[in-house]
Amino acid sequence: MTHPTEEQLIAYRDGENARREEIAAHLRECGPCRNQLERIEAVLQALGEFPAPDPGEDYEQRVWQRLARKLPEKQTRWWQMWLEPRRLATAGAVLALVVAAFVMGRITKQVRPDTTAAATEEQVRERILVVAVGEHLGKSEMVLVELANALPRDANQKRVNISAEQHRAGDLLEENRLYRQTALQQGDTGLASVLDELERVLVDVAHSPDEVTPAQLESIQKRIAAHGILFKVRVVGKDLQQRQDDMKTAPAQSREQARERNKT
Amino acid sequence: MKESVESLRETDAIAVERVLAGDRDAYRTLVDRHSRNVHRLAYRLTGNAHDTEDVVQEAFLRAYQKLGQFEARSNFGTWVYRIAANYAIDRMRQRHKEDARREFRETPGPDGAERNPVALVRDESPSPERLMQSTQLRREMERALNALSYAERTAFVMRHWEGCGIEEIAGVLKSNTSAAKNTVFRAVQKLRRALEPFLDARTPAKAMGTEG
Repeated sequence: MTHPTEEQLIAYRDGENARREEIAAHLRECGPCRNQLERIEAVLQALGEFPAPDPGEDYEQRVWQRLARKLPEKQTRWWQMWLEPRRLATAGAVLALVVAAFVMGRITKQVRPDTTAAATEEQVRERILVVAVGEHLGKSEMVLVELANALPRDANQKRVNISAEQHRAGDLLEENRLYRQTALQQGDTGLASVLDELERVLVDVAHSPDEVTPAQLESIQKRIAAHGILFKVRVVGKDLQQRQDDMKTAPAQSREQARERNKT
Repeated sequence: MKESVESLRETDAIAVERVLAGDRDAYRTLVDRHSRNVHRLAYRLTGNAHDTEDVVQEAFLRAYQKLGQFEARSNFGTWVYRIAANYAIDRMRQRHKEDARREFRETPGPDGAERNPVALVRDESPSPERLMQSTQLRREMERALNALSYAERTAFVMRHWEGCGIEEIAGVLKSNTSAAKNTVFRAVQKLRRALEPFLDARTPAKAMGTEG
């Protein structure tokens, strides 16, 4: 072949495949081209040793200190969060509940003509939260129970597939954020706090690999146990069921009860 | 090794989720993990400490502001890195314009040849003793790098120092892969012209692919 161009030699040095064999064969035969490639290499090697200064041991801390002042709090208004495209599915489900609750409210209103409009509106909102979150906690509990009880088939099994639980946790995560925000808006801090803890566990599970080693599975199970989250989810789930029953009989008292619960 | 890289990405993803859930302090995990790499890239692209710090701050600030657009399954490190490279290019482009205006005002040379750092490097002809000093060689490298266009410098730094793929470089330069490849080549060619006279020709490096 004719002598490779400088561009071809640089590309060859860069590991490019075009005409690689041909150029390698030429280099074995041609001293001047070999010499040219060695000079290119010498320049790149010298540049490779060009140091970037060490920013110091506490660099990360200094970057954070300067940066933290400029970072706005990511506090989105609750209704804006519901309108994000990836949350519209959940928003749709909750809208269906709103309609159902509205119908329920109308029926209740007919039965109890003395209930004020304001009180009914408040009760409707609370009912939505109670019904939807109760269902959400039930689904979350199932995922956590399945994970807590998952075991390798035998001692020799190197990987355990948890992809099903992982995907369900991912779906529940989206809902969980919205319910937590809504609970905060409603002033139900006790519920919001449990949902916050649940969220952290769901994030851990959702971002686990599809297949985990028995040791990784044990570590996930330990994290679930350490939070005591399963117990809390069951307690709050039962509590919500109780609230739902209470609302059927005495709607006006339920908010008082929620306040009492928050205090404790 | 692969497993540890994977687990790093997973923990990055968890931190991203927490920030999105409103936990601003979770962002510190990402800053702790990636600021050193972004600093190295920024320094190599800008060549000075002041611009480097500005690029690092701005890259992490922009990444925070755009975190909602970040695909949870991709790599946060690569993402913030790319934001830093893009911002560094903009900043250098702006600085280049400012410097050109200032130089023109201060030293209006007849043909502009004196203002070309590559020409200065060649004309200086330093003594062999000085050449042996690494600080001197470093200075020559800085000059040669500063003489590159911002696109050439970015392409060279990303390709040869940071080991980025051509597609990634093309993304940052907003060009196609063949143009990006050509930019890398032009950068190496210019650096070679500028630095070869200062390297000891008597002990050439063993070039890759010439072993057998």
